[in-house]
Amino acid sequence: MTSYLAQAQPLSRADVLADDPIWLILIKVVALFGFGVLMTLFMINWERKVVARMQHRTGPNRVGPNGWLQSLADGIKLAFAEEIIPDGADRKVYWLAPVISATPAFVAFSVLPFGPQVSIFGEPTFLQLVDLPVGVLVVLAASAIGVYGIVLGGWASGSPYPLLGALRSAAQVISYEIAMGLSLVAVILYAQSLSTGEIVDAQRNGWFALLLLPSFLIFVVSMVGETNRAPFDLPEAESELVGGFHTEYSSLKFALFFLAEYVNMVVLAGFATTLFLGGYMAPWPLSAIGGGVLNTGWWPILWFVGKMLLFLFLYIWLRGTLPRFRYDQFMRLGWKVLVPANLVWIVMIAGVRAINTSTDVTTGQKVIFGAVAILLIVLLSLLIPERRAEEDDGVPTTGGDYPLPPLDLEVPKLTPRQAAFEKEERRRKRTEVGAGATTSKEADDV
Amino acid sequence: MTSFSQASMLLAQQGGQEVVGTGETLAFWVFGPLALAGGLGMIFVRNAVHSALWLVLTMLCLGVLYLLQSAPFLGFTQIIVYTGAVMMLFLFVLMMAGRDSADSMVEVLRGQRLLAALFGVGFAALLVGVLAPSLVSVPAEAPPNPYDPATGGGAGGLGRLIFTEFLFAFELTAALLIVAALAGIVLAYRDRREGPKRSQRELVEARFRGEYKRRSPAPGPGVFATGNSVATPALLPDGSIAPESLSELIESTNTARLIAEHERVLGAGDSHDDARALLGGESEQEGERT
Repeated sequence: MTSYLAQAQPLSRADVLADDPIWLILIKVVALFGFGVLMTLFMINWERKVVARMQHRTGPNRVGPNGWLQSLADGIKLAFAEEIIPDGADRKVYWLAPVISATPAFVAFSVLPFGPQVSIFGEPTFLQLVDLPVGVLVVLAASAIGVYGIVLGGWASGSPYPLLGALRSAAQVISYEIAMGLSLVAVILYAQSLSTGEIVDAQRNGWFALLLLPSFLIFVVSMVGETNRAPFDLPEAESELVGGFHTEYSSLKFALFFLAEYVNMVVLAGFATTLFLGGYMAPWPLSAIGGGVLNTGWWPILWFVGKMLLFLFLYIWLRGTLPRFRYDQFMRLGWKVLVPANLVWIVMIAGVRAINTSTDVTTGQKVIFGAVAILLIVLLSLLIPERRAEEDDGVPTTGGDYPLPPLDLEVPKLTPRQAAFEKEERRRKRTEVGAGATTSKEADDV
Repeated sequence: MTSFSQASMLLAQQGGQEVVGTGETLAFWVFGPLALAGGLGMIFVRNAVHSALWLVLTMLCLGVLYLLQSAPFLGFTQIIVYTGAVMMLFLFVLMMAGRDSADSMVEVLRGQRLLAALFGVGFAALLVGVLAPSLVSVPAEAPPNPYDPATGGGAGGLGRLIFTEFLFAFELTAALLIVAALAGIVLAYRDRREGPKRSQRELVEARFRGEYKRRSPAPGPGVFATGNSVATPALLPDGSIAPESLSELIESTNTARLIAEHERVLGAGDSHDDARALLGGESEQEGERT
């Protein structure tokens, strides 16, 4: 095998990874699985603590140091909890659904590049399980399969609320996967590759989040929609559907759904990091230290996890801040805003790239092209009809639609009640001074 | 997962020789029969959702087989598009239709079994007739390296082919799909609202103009010390029941009907005209109700 591969001088990422021995692959698989589970335990706790801080509460603080072992205790409790299967459930599918939900989430981990080339026990390798020429599609495929778990779980429960949650989830994931897939197109155009490793390499001189800001923003929104998180957590909307698709689940199966949700969040946070925030590369001032020494060896794991935690914090922040969307608003946002905006943006950058890469376009021509484009946009914007002013035949009000108080309004210092109370107080004090210090305490108590 | 990239490289290096590794053979004999089982399961299972699930299995196995043939782009697109979108929509419709409505044994079309059998056999013959010679007479082409779009492999090579050589076919397919989607919308969509949608303010004004029965929303259920159920009626200022707060839905459930009938037989009558029954004071009425 190596004799074939040694012909090309610098071994590519895929070649090195394809050459991994079995034991190394096993180590990586176990490490990725452990990372997913640990991040889930951490995330649940972190989320509860951060949301608690946002709501002026303390959050979990009993189990373990500062309450950090709470979710571990919850997990163990869930594993030993009694399992209740509803009578109307379709038992086989009911059993299968949590498994389908959790497995693809972990599969998606395999294409995320955690770091550059290192040597593990003398074996040169990359901190990545596998580098496929279509790595980006693996994450999309995994989330497409993962939603089967939710949909089947809701259906197999044989109960109306979970079914409603399942239907919502199916529609939600299909529509937001389109927005997400389209926001990947710009990245792929610029990186010239679908492989996650090469996309990271392409961001050596600048993050795609800055270069392709609209794509980044759309990706972040659809990322939240794709993982069914607040404010897009319609499949499990507590106030409408009890618990949504997992209402009828208990014990370890419920825990698996939870695990799948959090691992999906971690995967998508890592995916966003890889696509838009330069992956495992050190952020700018750090990357200049020592000629990029922080971009080699095991350091990059730190940057990768750090950037991932940024996205995970964003998830928590959104949940602590925003109210849940109504279903039709959510669908309108996806289909009427995100998808068309994305399409326009893709056409734009495709045009810009075509002009930039073609050799027979001079700078002067580019400037003229740009000017014409801006002129067209301005002219088109004139065609947008003005919003009709609402006819107003009511009483004159202030800007806030509240009745206007008179301009010479005199606000009395004291209301009559307060005045009477103060008078009474003064009178009482006078009598107390006359009676002496000992009775004043009793008067206070009364 | 890495085995196919190794295999593809081997194939790319050796240029068209028929090399089938052990891993590939093994995977084929696992996923081939699984795909077949999925197809058979789809046909023979009675429950519609189970049937769809078997079809999902077949599609997934086909995706894996494409991966084995060192066509990773095709493989993952198969998984995303067919299992992720198409079958999900199928499931969506099946779940909306309900799980028990699929097993109708009445034949609507006359002689459809015979026709289906004839066409099936004909199609199978056609497929075998076309595919069988290709197994022997067409030499196997070396698959292009999926990591190298410049030589025509992977997504890049596919894209170049689609937008140059097969542009017309591609555009035709796109037009067909758009026409189908538009037709679906035109045939199935029916706008039930008459006139444009009213804004909140317009709705309020319409209410006060008397276009609706009430100006305010219907009163919600009452909440008392003895019960906070939706079935608890709201009270008017004089202590009597607000009739509009009684939910028709709840009053017409089997249990509610049974209780009402029980009361009628006992001669207790409807206890709603005295709200104090809800406060838990009068024990005789409480006893009758339960």
